[in-house]
Amino acid sequence: MNRFAELLDRLAYEPARNNKLRLMTDYLRSTADPERGWALAALTGSLSFQHAKPGLIRQLIAERTDPVLFELSYDYLGDLSETVALMWPAQHSPLPSEGRSASRDGGKPGEGGHDGEVGNPSPDLADARSTSPSVVDVQELTLTSVVETLTTLGKAQLPQQLARWLDSLDETGRWALIKLVTGGLRVGVSARLAKTAVAALGTADAQEVELLWPGLVPPYVNLFAWLEGRAGRPTNADPAPFRPPMLAHALDDSDLATLDPADFLAEWKWDGIRVQAVAAARDGRQIARLYSRTGEDISASFPDLIDALHLPGAIDGELLIRRAGRVQPFNVLQQRLNRKTVTPKLLSEFPAHLRAYDLLADGDQDLRGLAFAERRPRLEDFVARLGEERVDLSPLVAFANWQDLAAARADPTAAGAGADAPAVEGLMLKRRETQYLPGRPKGPWWKWKRNPLIIDAVLMYAQRGHGKRSSYYSDYTFGVWAQGDSGDELVPVGKAYFGFTDEELVQIDRYVRRNTTERFGPVREVVHKPDQGLVLEVAFEGLQHSTRHKSGLAMRFPRINRLRWDKPPAEADRLERLQSMIAQIERGLAT
Amino acid sequence: MRPENILALTLAGICCKRGSFHIDPTRPVERALITHAHSDHARAGHGAVLATQETLDLMRLRYGENFAGSTQAVRYGEALALDGVTVTFHPAGHVLGSAQIAVEADGLRIVASGDYKNVADPTCAPFALVRCDVFITEATFALPVFRHGDPGGEIAKLLHSLAVFPERAHLVGAYSLGKAQRLIALLRQSGYTNPIYLHGAMESITRYYESRGIALGALRAVRGADKAELAGTITICPPSALNEPWARRFPDPVNAFASGWMRVRARARQQGVALPLVISDHADWDGLTATVAATGANEIWVTHGQEDALVHWCGTRGLKACPLDIAGYGEEEDNGEATE
Repeated sequence: MNRFAELLDRLAYEPARNNKLRLMTDYLRSTADPERGWALAALTGSLSFQHAKPGLIRQLIAERTDPVLFELSYDYLGDLSETVALMWPAQHSPLPSEGRSASRDGGKPGEGGHDGEVGNPSPDLADARSTSPSVVDVQELTLTSVVETLTTLGKAQLPQQLARWLDSLDETGRWALIKLVTGGLRVGVSARLAKTAVAALGTADAQEVELLWPGLVPPYVNLFAWLEGRAGRPTNADPAPFRPPMLAHALDDSDLATLDPADFLAEWKWDGIRVQAVAAARDGRQIARLYSRTGEDISASFPDLIDALHLPGAIDGELLIRRAGRVQPFNVLQQRLNRKTVTPKLLSEFPAHLRAYDLLADGDQDLRGLAFAERRPRLEDFVARLGEERVDLSPLVAFANWQDLAAARADPTAAGAGADAPAVEGLMLKRRETQYLPGRPKGPWWKWKRNPLIIDAVLMYAQRGHGKRSSYYSDYTFGVWAQGDSGDELVPVGKAYFGFTDEELVQIDRYVRRNTTERFGPVREVVHKPDQGLVLEVAFEGLQHSTRHKSGLAMRFPRINRLRWDKPPAEADRLERLQSMIAQIERGLAT
Repeated sequence: MRPENILALTLAGICCKRGSFHIDPTRPVERALITHAHSDHARAGHGAVLATQETLDLMRLRYGENFAGSTQAVRYGEALALDGVTVTFHPAGHVLGSAQIAVEADGLRIVASGDYKNVADPTCAPFALVRCDVFITEATFALPVFRHGDPGGEIAKLLHSLAVFPERAHLVGAYSLGKAQRLIALLRQSGYTNPIYLHGAMESITRYYESRGIALGALRAVRGADKAELAGTITICPPSALNEPWARRFPDPVNAFASGWMRVRARARQQGVALPLVISDHADWDGLTATVAATGANEIWVTHGQEDALVHWCGTRGLKACPLDIAGYGEEEDNGEATE
C-alpha cells in the first residue's frame, strides 16, 4: 500500500504526460504480482467494491480528535480527505531507526500520543523523537489485501476496518487509502494512460493492450506474463471487441490539386465524439458496448444508446445529442459527458444519438477488408434493418468537382445538412477503393475542417505553465472591448496556452515580465489599455453562450494564431462581433 | 513577581526593561539578543548585538561588516548578568548557532525559544530542554495536520526520482540558511556521494558551515556548468529561483521543494512543485506540544504562526496560554527569500 500511495502522490503532482508514464511503468516493473495488477485496476477504474461516503470519514475523525483542532485544521487545508489523512492520530509505537543520529537512551515523548498528547516527557527531547513511521505495519498492509477485503466486507464492518487500516498507515498512505475507498483517485491519469504505461513493460503498444483489455480481469497476471515475455498473448474472448479505428489526415487546400474527385466519396464530419458501437450475442444473451475512439468502454454512460444496439455488428460513428429531430452542437453534448451518474433527467434532456459512418462487422462477418464503396451499401442496409430512431446514417455529400465541395463546406445548410448544420465540423473525403485500415494512413481519408473563427483580442493576464514551461508565462487570458459602466473596457473572453512557437513564447514571456501591472499569486496582470498592450490574433473552433463567464460566451479550442505587435489594443475586436458570430453559427453559416 | 515585569511586548518586539535589551527585535534598538540569523529574527542596524558566534558570523555574511554598532559572542550555557537579570543561551536545534534565550530574575525563569525543532539535525547542536516558568514558543506548524515524519524517507523519495528520471536535473528549493545545508548533510548520510550543485545565493553560507567543521562532501557552483553536465544531478537553490528564468539552464528540471509547508498539497501545487519534500527546521505539532509540556512551564506565550490551535491545546492541558502578536516573524519563509 505504501508504494502505491507514493505512486499516487507523485502522479498527483506531476503535470507532464510522459513523466506520469515513466512513474507508472517504473512502479509496475518493480512491483510484484498481484499487487501491481490491483494498482493497474485502480488506475484504470476497474475496481468494483462499495465505496465509503465522506460522512463516514468525517465521523471516524470526529471520534478521534478534538473538534476545535479539527475545525481549525480543516479550515486551514480546505480538503476533508487531506485533513483526515494528516490529522489521524498515529497509533504506531516508535521504532528505533538505523543510520539516524545515534539515539542515546531515550524515552519517546511526542510519539504515540493523540494530537501530541504527552506521556512522560523525557528531558532529552532532541534525540528522543523517533521520526520513523511504523515501518512494520506499513509493509504488512498491501493494496491486494485492501482490495480483497473491501470486495467481501459487509457495510457494517467498514468503519472499523477502515479505522484499523488508517491506524497502520502513514500520512501519504492514509491519503491514498481514503481516495481509494471513497472512489475516484483523481491523480490526472486516464485509463488509457495507465494502459500505455503497462504496455511499455514489453514491446506492445497501448492499442494492443486496449484490444485485449475487455477480456482481462484484475489482477491481470496473464497480461504481465505476456508483456514480460514469460507467456503467450492472452486471448480476448470478448465477443464484442473494440477494433482500432481508421483516422484521417487534415487536408490543406493545396492537397486538392493532387487529388481526383472521382476517386472519393464525401460526407459530413459531425462535431460529436467518434465512437464504436458493437453488439454481439453470447450464450443466447445480447451484449452491446460503446467504445471511445481510444477503446475505452463508455457504455455505462449511455444506456439509452446501448438499448438500441440489438443487431450483431460494429458501427463506426459519431455520438451526438439529438432533440426534436435536430442534432445539437458539441456544447450540448458536453453536458452529457463526464457525469458520474446517469439520471433519468439527463437521459430525457440529452438523448444520445449515433450517426453511422461505417460498418466494420455485420454479424460474424468482418467487413474491414472490403473497399469503402462496398462497405457503404452494407452500412445502409444494416442501419435500415436495425430500424432504430437513435441510429441513423451520416448522409453522403454529392459533388462533381472540388468547387462543389468547397461550396458545401462554406454552407452546409444548403448542401444537405439542413437544420443539423450547426453540428457540422467540416467534411470527410474517403477514397472509394480503400479498405478500413487501423491507424492514420496517409492518403485514403482526409478531413477538411471548416475555417477557424478568428478575432483580435488583447492580452490581459498571464500565468506560468507547467513542466518544461514552468518558468514561462505561457497561459494567456485575453479580452475584447465592451461597453462598461464608465466607457469601453476589456472583458475576458478566453484563455489559450498554445498555438505559438517557442520563439514567440520567449517574446511574450519577456513582454509579460516587463509589463506586469499587478500580481495575484501565480497570475500576472499585464498592461491592457487602448494605447498600451499586446494584441493576440486568436483562432477558435466554436463559440457558445455561457453563464460562467462575465462576457456571456465561451470559445471552443482557442489558440494563439499570430502576435499582432503592430496593432494598438484600441483596434482589437469588440464583444458585439463575437455575439454576431454566435448568431451566425446558430444559423449554421460559416463566418 | 509577575513575568510581565521581566519581559513585555513593545513595538520592537519582546523587551526586558530591567536588563535594557530586546530579544529578536523587529526594528533597530540599543541592545539586541538574537536567537538565530534568519532575517525575520536577526536584523541589521542595532546598537549592540549579543548572540552566539555562529549567529554573529552569519549576520556578518548577510549584512556586511557594519551590521551592528558592537557585537559580543556568547557560548551555550554561559551565564551573563545584565543589570540584575541573568541571561543564558541554549541550543534550539533550528539552524547553526540557533539558541533559546533563558532570562531569569527574582527566581523566575522565562525561556524565549525563537525558532526550534526537537529532532536530530547533523548541521547544528541538538535542542536542549530548559525547564522554566514561562515558555515562549513559536507556532509556525501548530496544527495537528503538521507532522513532519522521517526526513530520511523524503531524501529516499528524491533519490528514487533521480533513478527514474536520470536525464533530468533535480532542482531542490531550500532556504539558503540552514535548510540547504541540512539537506546536503542528509543526502550524504543516505550515501549520496555525487557532487551537489549550488545556486549562487547558497554558496557563502554553505562554505561557512563547512568552515565550522560540518562535512558536506563535493559541492559545485551551478554558475558555469553546462546544460548536459547538469542532467541527473541535484541542485539546491532558493525556492523563488525554481520558477525564474535562472531555471532554464537545466535539462527538463524536476522541481522539488524541501519545507514543512510541503505537507499541504495546495501549497506545493500553487508553486508548481512536482516533488514536495516534507523536511522542516521547525518543530511539528507533536514536537511543539511535547516540548511545551516538557518544559514544566505553567504559562505559555505563543508567537508567530497558528497561535489559536496551540493556545487551545494548552487550555485543554490546564496551561495558561496567550498569543504574543509580533509583526514580522515568519516572513523569511513566506517570501521564499525572494530578495536573495
